[in-house]
Amino acid sequence: MFRSKTKVLQLAVTLLACAFLLVPTILSVMAGLTVNYFKGISSGLTLKWVYQVWELYSESIFLSIWLALACLIVTLIIGLPAAYGLARHPGWLSRMLEEFISLPLAVPGLALALALLQLYGTLKGFRASWTFILVGHVLYTLPFMVRSILAVLAAMDLKTLEEGAATLGASPWQRFRDIVVPNAMPGILAGALTVVTLSLGEFNLTWMLHTPYLKTLPVGLADSYASMRLEIASAYTLIFFIIIVPLLMAMQWASARAQRIAK
Amino acid sequence: MTLRLTNTAKTYPDGTRALLPTELYVDQGEIVSLLGPSGCGKTTLLRIIAGLETPDAGSEIWFGSDNVTSLPVERRKVGMVFQFFALFPNMSVRGNIGYGLKMQKLPKSEIDARVTEVLDMCQLQEFSGRAVDALSGGQRQRVALARAIAPRPRLLLLDEPLSALDAALREELRDELAVLLREFDITAIFVTHDQDEAMAIADRVAVMSNGQVVQSGTPEDLYRNPKSAFVAGFVGNAMRFDGTCEGTKLKLAGGTLTLPGDGSGQDVFVRAEDVQIEADGPLTGRVETVTFLGTHYRIGISGITTDVLASTYVGQNAPRAGETVTAEIKPEMLMLLPKGAAGE
Repeated sequence: MFRSKTKVLQLAVTLLACAFLLVPTILSVMAGLTVNYFKGISSGLTLKWVYQVWELYSESIFLSIWLALACLIVTLIIGLPAAYGLARHPGWLSRMLEEFISLPLAVPGLALALALLQLYGTLKGFRASWTFILVGHVLYTLPFMVRSILAVLAAMDLKTLEEGAATLGASPWQRFRDIVVPNAMPGILAGALTVVTLSLGEFNLTWMLHTPYLKTLPVGLADSYASMRLEIASAYTLIFFIIIVPLLMAMQWASARAQRIAK
Repeated sequence: MTLRLTNTAKTYPDGTRALLPTELYVDQGEIVSLLGPSGCGKTTLLRIIAGLETPDAGSEIWFGSDNVTSLPVERRKVGMVFQFFALFPNMSVRGNIGYGLKMQKLPKSEIDARVTEVLDMCQLQEFSGRAVDALSGGQRQRVALARAIAPRPRLLLLDEPLSALDAALREELRDELAVLLREFDITAIFVTHDQDEAMAIADRVAVMSNGQVVQSGTPEDLYRNPKSAFVAGFVGNAMRFDGTCEGTKLKLAGGTLTLPGDGSGQDVFVRAEDVQIEADGPLTGRVETVTFLGTHYRIGISGITTDVLASTYVGQNAPRAGETVTAEIKPEMLMLLPKGAAGE
C-alpha cells in the first residue's frame, strides 16, 4: 500500500486536511470538558460545564427543537402540494415559480430578516412571538423541501401512474394519498432532514429576528461565546455537535438515497 | 356491455383536430382493435372512452344504457392497460392487482381471494410477493393486465400493450393475450399500430387515419376488400400499379394485365403473395433482390411497374438476382380502388 511515493503523498495530504478540520473541533470539545482550560487536561476532566450550559440554555435548546419541528410541519404542508403542482404542470410558468420560491437561497439571511422586520416589526404580538422566527425559517427552508420532493417526482411518470389509479376507481385525493405521497417519500424524507438540520443551525436570520426571551440554539451559542467563560462556550459547542451531527449524517444518507431514486 | 359512441370528436385548444366526429359500436364481448399509424387519433379515441380526455361538446359515450359522457374516469369502471404498464412502484404485485378492489371497498378476505384468482389466470402466482421493479417486461405486462381485469371492469382498454416489449416476446404475448381476452369474456378495445397484432387479437379491426375511422371489419374482410388505398397499403402492404387502364386491360411497362372489371378511373393494387413467378407469365421483369425469410423468399422485381414489385416465392429453386423472370397475377387477386381516394 505504501509502495509508491504518490500513495504516501496522497495519504499525507488527506491526513493533514483531516487534522486541519478536526484538531480545532477536538480542542474546542476538550475545552468544554476540562476543569480549567488554561491549565490544560492536567487540571482534570469534568461534566460541570455541560450541566451549567444545560441550566443556562436548556430553553434555547427546546425552543430550537420546537421551531425545527414546527418549521418541518409548515414546509411539508406547503411544500408537498407545491412540489406536486409543479411536477404535474411542467412548463415555463412552473420553472419561474420554482425559481421564485428558491429566491431566499440567493438573498442573504440578514436582508431577508430586515425585510421581515420592516414589514411586520410593528405588529407587536407577532414580532415578539416565536412564530415570527418560524416565518423566517420557513422562508429559508421551503425551497429545500420543494426541490427535494420535486426531484423525485419529476423522475417518474406521475401523470400515467395517476391515470392508472384513476381507471381503477381512485378519486383525486386517493391518488394523492396512495400513489403520489408514497412514491415521493424518499424526497420527503431527504427534504425533512434538510429542513430540520437547517432550522436548528440557522443563525443569520434568527439572530436578527430573535428577542432576549427567544434565543435559539445557535443564537444561544453566540451569546455564550460573548458573555460566558470559555469552558461553558465550549461545552455549548459540544452539545450543539451532539444534536446536529447525527442529523447531518441522516440528511446525507437520505439525500443520497433520494438522488439514487431520482436517477 | 356494449359500447356506443356517437358524434365523438376531440379538438385541442390550439385548434388541432385529433379526432373527427366518430361513430363506433362495440358489441358485448367483442374485441375491437383500433389500428392506424401514429398520430391518427387512435389513442385519443381510447382515452376519450376511458374518460382520460374530455371530448368536444355534442359527443356522446354510452356504456350499455348509461350515458357516461360526463362521468369522471374513476367512476366509469373501465380497466386500462397502459403502453408502459404504469404499475405502482410503491406496491407489490399483489398490492397492484388488489388496488382496484380496495377502491371498491371490498372486504379484505374477498380482495385476497379475487387477487389469487386473477394471479392464477395470468400465471403470476410465483411473483405475487415481488416488487414490480423486480419483474421482466413480459411479467409486468401480465401484472398490468391482471390489475386492469381484477375489479371486473365493464370494458377493458389496452393502449399499445405490447409495444414496450422486445420483438420475440411480443409475438409470444400477443397469442397469449388473444387467448386471455377470450377467457375473460370481456368487451375490449385494443389500440395498436401493428397490423399483425390487430389481426391476431381482434374480432374486428377499425382502421384509423387522420382522426377518422376509415374502415371497420373483420381482419379477413379488411385484408380482402379494402375500401381505400390507405387501408390496402396499411393492412397487408398492398402495392399500387403505375399503368394505364383501357377497359379491362392494364398496360404496364412490363406487360399487360387482365383486370376483374372495368379499370377506368381506378387504381390497381396487388399483394406480394399474389404475384406468382411462372414461366410464360404476361409480365416480364428483372430480379433485383432475393431475401430468404425461412418459410418463403421475398423477390423484388423491377421493370414491371415504376417501383420494385415484391413477390412471395415458396419453393426450393428461387430465381437469382439479375435474372429475367416472368410473372402472373390472377385477375381476381387484383384490387380496384377509386383513384385519388388515397387517404394518406
